Amino acid sequence: MIRRTASIVAALTGAAFLLAAAPAQDSAGKTLKIVSSLPRTGSANAQTTSMVNGIKMAIEERGGAVDGFKIEYEDMDDASPQKGNWDPAVESSNAKKAIADETVIGYIGTYNSGAAKVSMPLLNKAGLVMVSPGNTYPGLTKPGTGEPNEPAVYRPSGKIGYFRVVPTDDIQGAVACEYCRNDLNAKKVFILHDRELYGKGIADVFKKTAGATGVEVVGFEGIDPKASNYRSLVTKIRAAAPDAVFFGGTTQTNAAQVLKDLRAGGCKVPFMSPDGTFEKAFIEAAGKDNVTKEQGGVYITFGGLPSDQLTGLGAEFVKKYKAKHGVVPEAYAVYGYEAGRVLLDAIDRADKKDRASVLAAVAATKDFTGALGTWSFDENGDTTNKTMSVNTIKDGDFSFLKAVVGGAAKAK
Amino acid sequence: MVRAVAAVEMLATCALSRADSVAAFAHDGALSSWEVFGQQLVTGLSNGMIIALIAIGYTMVYGIIELINFAHGDLCMLGAFFALTVVGALGVDQWGGAGGTAGLVMVLVGTAAFCGSLNWSINWLAYRPLRKASKLSLLVSAIGASFILVNLGLFWGGLPMEVFAGGVAAAAPKDFPALVPNTNLLGEESLVQFTPKDVLVLAVTVPLMIGLTWIVTRTRLGKAMRATAQNPVAARLMGIDTDRVIGATFLIGGALGGFASVIYALYNNTISFQMGYRAGMDAFTAAVLGGIGSMPGAVTGALVIGLVRSMSDAYLETRWTNTIVFGILVLILIFRPSGLLGSRAKEKV
Repeated sequence: MIRRTASIVAALTGAAFLLAAAPAQDSAGKTLKIVSSLPRTGSANAQTTSMVNGIKMAIEERGGAVDGFKIEYEDMDDASPQKGNWDPAVESSNAKKAIADETVIGYIGTYNSGAAKVSMPLLNKAGLVMVSPGNTYPGLTKPGTGEPNEPAVYRPSGKIGYFRVVPTDDIQGAVACEYCRNDLNAKKVFILHDRELYGKGIADVFKKTAGATGVEVVGFEGIDPKASNYRSLVTKIRAAAPDAVFFGGTTQTNAAQVLKDLRAGGCKVPFMSPDGTFEKAFIEAAGKDNVTKEQGGVYITFGGLPSDQLTGLGAEFVKKYKAKHGVVPEAYAVYGYEAGRVLLDAIDRADKKDRASVLAAVAATKDFTGALGTWSFDENGDTTNKTMSVNTIKDGDFSFLKAVVGGAAKAK
Repeated sequence: MVRAVAAVEMLATCALSRADSVAAFAHDGALSSWEVFGQQLVTGLSNGMIIALIAIGYTMVYGIIELINFAHGDLCMLGAFFALTVVGALGVDQWGGAGGTAGLVMVLVGTAAFCGSLNWSINWLAYRPLRKASKLSLLVSAIGASFILVNLGLFWGGLPMEVFAGGVAAAAPKDFPALVPNTNLLGEESLVQFTPKDVLVLAVTVPLMIGLTWIVTRTRLGKAMRATAQNPVAARLMGIDTDRVIGATFLIGGALGGFASVIYALYNNTISFQMGYRAGMDAFTAAVLGGIGSMPGAVTGALVIGLVRSMSDAYLETRWTNTIVFGILVLILIFRPSGLLGSRAKEKV
C-alpha cells in the first residue's frame, strides 16, 4: 500500500516535471535530428570523412534549419577497431539508438551493403526513413537480383522505407564487363571476389554479363580477404592465361595485395575492380609501381562521375568543398551531400514533421534537381540516375576515362 | 605384357600431347602443369619458412612456461611497422647497390633487436608477475597484451609520415617499399618465378634456425633453457636463475619474430595493423601441428602448412584452403595427439 502511494507520488512528480519542461522546449524552437551511420574507424575513414563533410554542407546551405525547425546532425560510427571495418553489432546498436531517440527524423547510411542488411529491417519496422549514400548491392531493393527472399526480408512493415542515391551493382558489374570486352579487348577473364555481399554480388553480375556477351570466364574464385598473400592463386591465374582479371571487392578486403601479387607473379594483364577501390587508400596500399599502365593497368568502375567530371550543382559542390576543406573531395562525398539534400528537401515538403510524413515525402521525390543531375526515386527506392564512369590510375592518382550510361537493370 | 606395351604407348602419347600443349601455351604465357607444380613448391616453401620463424616464437615460449603467447603474432606486426618507420625515416629504399644491402641488414637486425626487447618487456610486465598464478590467468594476460599491441599498431599507422601515406587513414594497409628486386633468377624466359625474395627468405631463415639449434643444444644458456623447460623447480635448485632464462627465451623468440616480420614485409610488400592475427594463427597452427614445444616440429609444421596452402590454392578452390589446413590439423591431433614431432610428454615424470 505504501509502495503504491509512493509510486503514484513519483508518477505525479514526473508528470509535473514533464509539464514544466514541455513549454520550455517549445519556446526554444523544435529540433529535428538527422543521423548518419558510416564506418569512421578503419581504412574507409578518408572516404567517409568527406561524406560527412558533404552532409554537413547540405545542412549548412539551409542555414541549419528547415521550415522553422532546427536541424541537428550526429555522425555515428558503424565500425569497430577490432574489425577495422563495419561491424554488425555496432550498426545494429546505431539503428536502435536512432529509433529510440524521438527527435531523429532521418537516417543516412550505410556505406557497406552488408551493414545495410542489419539496420534496414530495424528502421523499416520503426518507420524511420533511411537514405543510403553508398550501398550498391542490388538485392537490397530490386526483386529478382539477389536472394529469393530479398528485398522482402528487409521490409517487415511491408512498406518501402529505404532509398539510395547511388546506382546499383547490377548496372556497374555489367558496365565493367562491357568495358572489359569492348575497350580492353579481353576474350578471357579471371574473376575473383572477396566472398562478401558487395564483392561477390558484383562478381556474379560480371560473370553473368560475360556469359551473355561472349567473354570466356576462365576462373571464378572467392579469396580469403585476410590472407598474407595470394601468390599461389596467382600461379593458377597465370596457368589459365586470362586477358584481364576482375576483382569484386574493396580496399578493406585486400584488393591492393591481390594486385601486388599479380604483378609480382608476372601476371601483367589489365586489373579491373569496382568502386570499393575508388579511394586514395587503394593506390597508396598498392604502391605506385604496381598501378601503372606498363604493369598491365588498373581500371576502376564507379557508380557515378568522379568529382572533377561533375557539372552544374555537382561542380559547384566540388568548388565549395575545395574552398572549405582545401582538398578535392573523395568520390563518395557528393553522394553524402546528395543524400543530405534530398532528405532535407523531403523534410521541407512534409506537411507534418514526423517520421511517417518525412518517409512519404522522400518516397515522393520526383525530378529532384541535385548535384548528380535531375533524378527521381523509383518504386523500389532506387535512383533513376544510371550514369557510371570508368577510371584508371595515372601518375599516382585516379584519372577519368569515360562515362557510360548503364542499361536498364535486367531482372533474372 | 600387352598391357605393359599399351601403358608405355599411352605414357608416350601423354608426354607428346603435353609437349604440344606447352608449345601451344608458351606464346600466351600460360603455365604447364609441371610449371604450376614447381611454382607452387617455391611459393609454399617461402610462405612456410616465414610461418616457421614466427612459429618458433610460439613453441619456445610454450616449451618453457607452457603459455600460448597470443601476443606473438601482433608483436611481429609491430616489428613490421618499426621496420617501415626505419625505412621511411632513413630513406633506405633510395640507397641502392651495396648501401641498399647494408641498409637491409641494418633494418633486419634493428627490428630483431626491437622485437626481442619488446617481447622481453612484455614478459617482464605481463607474464612474470603471474608465474605463480594459474595458467589461465597467464593466457588471459597474453590476450590482453595482444589487444594492446594491435591498438598500438593502429596508432602507429596514423603517424604523419610519408611511408604511412601521411597517416590520414591509420587503419589502411601500408605499402612496404620493394627493397628486394623481383627479377626472375631462372631467366626472363622461365615461367616459374624464383626471385631474390625467395632467396632472401631462405638465406635468412635457414642460418637463423641452425644458429638457434646450436644455442639450444650446445650452449650453457641452451642447457639452462632445457632444464627450466623440464622442471623449473629442480632447475632452480641446481642454481639456474630461471627468471633470467625465461627472459632470454622471450628475447630470442621475439628477435626471431622481428626477423620474420621484416621478411614478411619484404616478401608481401604490404603491412597492416591486423596482419598479426592471421600470421599468428598460421604460426600457432604450425606449432601445434608439428608438436608444440618442439622446434624442429614447428618448422616441419610450418612447411606443411605453407605447401598445403599453395597446393590447395592451385588444385582445389581457394575457399577450401583454410578448411583443408585445419582439417589436416584435426586429423593429426586425433592420430598423433602430441603433433608430428612432439615428444610424448615423457619428461614430465
